[in-house]
Amino acid sequence: MSKHETSLDVVAGNGLLHRRWFLTQGAALVGAGGLGLMSARPVGAEPLDVPAWMKAPGVPMSAYGQPAKYEKDVQRVVGGTPNVVGNGVSFTPHHRLHGTITPNSLHFERHHSGVPDIDPERHRLLIHGAVRRPLAFKVDALLRYPTVTRIQFLECAGNSGSNLAPQPPQAPCGVLHGLMSCSEWTGVPLSILMNEAGADRSAGWVLAEGGDAAAMSRSVPRAKIMDDAIVALYQNGERLRPENGYPMRLFLPGYEGNMSVKWLRRLKVVNAATMTRDETSHYTDVLLNGKALMFTYPMEVKSIITSPSTGLALHGPGLYEVTGLAWSGLGKIRRVEVSADGGSSWAEAALSEPVLLKAFTRFRMAWRWNGSPAVLKSRAVDETGAVQPTREAFVRERGERMNYHNNAIQSWSIAASGEVSNVYA
Amino acid sequence: MSTRENVGRLLVAGAGALWLSTASAQQGPNLGVEVSAADAAAWDISIQPDGAGLPPGKGKAADGEKIYAAKCIACHGANGAGQPNDRLVGGQGTITQLAQVRTIGSYWPYATTAFDYIRRAMPFQAPESLTNDEVYALTAYLLAKNGIIRERDEMNARTLPKVRMPNRDGFILAYPQRTDRSP
Repeated sequence: MSKHETSLDVVAGNGLLHRRWFLTQGAALVGAGGLGLMSARPVGAEPLDVPAWMKAPGVPMSAYGQPAKYEKDVQRVVGGTPNVVGNGVSFTPHHRLHGTITPNSLHFERHHSGVPDIDPERHRLLIHGAVRRPLAFKVDALLRYPTVTRIQFLECAGNSGSNLAPQPPQAPCGVLHGLMSCSEWTGVPLSILMNEAGADRSAGWVLAEGGDAAAMSRSVPRAKIMDDAIVALYQNGERLRPENGYPMRLFLPGYEGNMSVKWLRRLKVVNAATMTRDETSHYTDVLLNGKALMFTYPMEVKSIITSPSTGLALHGPGLYEVTGLAWSGLGKIRRVEVSADGGSSWAEAALSEPVLLKAFTRFRMAWRWNGSPAVLKSRAVDETGAVQPTREAFVRERGERMNYHNNAIQSWSIAASGEVSNVYA
Repeated sequence: MSTRENVGRLLVAGAGALWLSTASAQQGPNLGVEVSAADAAAWDISIQPDGAGLPPGKGKAADGEKIYAAKCIACHGANGAGQPNDRLVGGQGTITQLAQVRTIGSYWPYATTAFDYIRRAMPFQAPESLTNDEVYALTAYLLAKNGIIRERDEMNARTLPKVRMPNRDGFILAYPQRTDRSP
């Protein structure tokens, strides 16, 4: 124990410390960020000379900023499908990021037939079907509409699917769980456009279709469209990136990512779900008995420790910040608990404010690692009372095969060497 | 999935209703351009499971086989056996197994979905390039290869919605029945 620590600070097994330890034991510790920040390291013997970059002016201003050249490895990990360039995914590298907002250049991707090069002057959003008057909206027209701005996550239903394989895959956190991102989305509430078109209140569904080569399409309950759905135009303050739907996308807070149709070009008000390929042959969740759940829309309560995680080794015993992300498609995060002894005991983590609806919430936990093997886990609870399930419970219902909506608890094993690996514990 | 702990559900529901009432009161500047039904139809390529939206035209498996050999076989393999991309034929009875084979025949609940998807997205390099007759013929070929219709059966706007898929009853609707999963 350090000289600041008392026995009262230990709140769970294997060295987890009360969250007040971060909040009261000096802001410098929290502000430093990153792994291993509090292991007491003696200052090296190198002289503190004046560096070259202080002895001459730096480069001038730039029109569009870029990350530091030393951060060039912070990139999406791109995965494809054989024979069909443009059909695949890229993963947000959560193991190299912090905070809750995903930079636009690192937002995850899932394309079914590549990224279309859409001329915004020629793009139209058509609203038709069971409406009083079919309407077509130009991009410029929508930019004049009242907007809402909200910070919300987007998670692919297939995120974390590889963790259902019989053996735990050894890959960075951002590959295992990189089909999720969180942004500040700005757009036009769809309820306004639906009311202008005079959508039939008795028609329960809206078919949403993208303007890509796959014309990717999904049926959305009209209730969701009229509740909090938007036509998103801006992401983190700038117009959408092409790979995230430029010039406009549907955004359905909390729902599986596939439904937030990118490059949105058509909304058809219909009486029944269209039963598109992506809501029947895909994005249905097969149970062990062979039946499959269909229309499992909300991404349920979940959390992931992003550090430490695979590839982020610990460097000797001492004090560490265990940190990660928690979110729920059904509301706000109420609580996140962390275990350092494989789930035998749990302690409540500190949540970074603000805790927002259907958004990433960053959690932090102080941990004094004693240098022995340990298993770290996090478990989230949302405001509806839903508790993140264990992998064992999830597999009991779905089996060990690729499946959607895997929100099971992630376990990271810490070896005595400090190396971290993915385990089913 | 999740388990549940005791909650103040009423509080949550109340907050949601308040937000809804303010949102639906919002007015827009009415900048949409009215479109004729005929113009909207040019973009309307979606097919409902009851057949609504199916265009005129027809096709049989024999014609579909020729188109498949020319435009589909490179990605989906001979007889729809798959490789390098999705398998389209077979796998019936495997869905309960861990090593399940999901194809049109073993998994898809509606035949109309095949027409809708082939027309909008296939062939991968040239979507929306097939005629309606070609899409009917390809749909007939894949349904026949899966043993769901006979080789001689003609697929058209009347017959296709009547095709009963083997896994039609294999799904449990999570919305709106399982209301604990909806917001």
